[in-house]
Amino acid sequence: MRYIDPHIHMVSRTTDDYQRMAEAGCVAVTEPAFWAGFDRSSPQGFFDYFRQLTDFEPKRAAAYGIAHYCWLCINPKEAEDPVFAREVIKLIPQFLDRPNVLGIGEIGLNKNSRNELTVLEEQIGLAAEHGQLILVHTPHLEDKRKGTRLTLDALKRNGNIDPGRVLIDHVEEHTVGMVLDEGFWAGMTLYPNSKCTPQRAVDIIEMYGSERLWVNSAGDWGHSDPLAVPKTILEMRRRGHSAATIERITFGNPQAFLGQSPRFAV
Amino acid sequence: MIDRKGTCPMTAPQVLDAYYMEHRAKLLDIAAYLDRLDRAQAGEAVADPRTIALREAIGLLIDGQDERVRRVLELLSDPTDEPIAKAGGKGAMGVWPGYMEGVVR
Repeated sequence: MRYIDPHIHMVSRTTDDYQRMAEAGCVAVTEPAFWAGFDRSSPQGFFDYFRQLTDFEPKRAAAYGIAHYCWLCINPKEAEDPVFAREVIKLIPQFLDRPNVLGIGEIGLNKNSRNELTVLEEQIGLAAEHGQLILVHTPHLEDKRKGTRLTLDALKRNGNIDPGRVLIDHVEEHTVGMVLDEGFWAGMTLYPNSKCTPQRAVDIIEMYGSERLWVNSAGDWGHSDPLAVPKTILEMRRRGHSAATIERITFGNPQAFLGQSPRFAV
Repeated sequence: MIDRKGTCPMTAPQVLDAYYMEHRAKLLDIAAYLDRLDRAQAGEAVADPRTIALREAIGLLIDGQDERVRRVLELLSDPTDEPIAKAGGKGAMGVWPGYMEGVVR
């Protein structure tokens, strides 16, 4: 079965992972800009990262028949210094017309600080100014509930953001309701530890329905699984969900949301 | 609260057959973790917010109410609403550091 992994950090994965994902049915990935595990020492470090996301990585994916798209931003884990963040934000517009750029992401909050919120609001403004889709990272663990609420309020406060063009990622059982109720799209991130499992993701689909909901691996340099989406497909089959519902969650919904960008052609 | 009965397409016996062994093992992992804490040689874990919250969360599993996952996640969450002044680091510990036993949430 073909599928899209709409959130995976392929710059941190090996070429063998591309091969295994292609063998499992992956036809497209989208890669949000994120933290490298260490703080970059200068805005120039982000410039080179954006070049990697928009030039090198699509070629690596194409070798396995996988379409590669990306999102650009300064991520919330490096957003505590607004002066530094603004230097990075200034670099982004020159990349927005690259053929694989879908929007601004993954912006959001990490520890729910005032500076993180300021940088989030400025990047929401950047997306509004340039008519870009938005992909949002929500904080993990004890910070998620509050961070999700603060993020939704910031998006609404902007006044120029259509919730149907924003994906709120890493939802769990205590945040998925508020995200969907307010008209946003919701992403469930499947991790071996600390986040949602394929079983819990399928529970959420059963409880909240299959509208405006997708699953992703968020595979990165840490403990993660680039085959988490096909494992969710197996879990849905195990429970007897229809092929149409499985296809909607793992292909149709990502295609519909991402297709709001004229650059997305899958 | 929304009634979610019947939203899982499997029958209850099918759920048991498919998942019981896996979750029996996970229950034993939790028991072994608590035993390990008791057997540890030095330091105090009883007053740690993680220990307090985990013991209270276990209570939610057997209180007869539904939506256990949501309620456990909310119990472990920061209940405040305002941004903090400054991020002191990047990581999270898995429970709000200010968690105290018996706080109504």
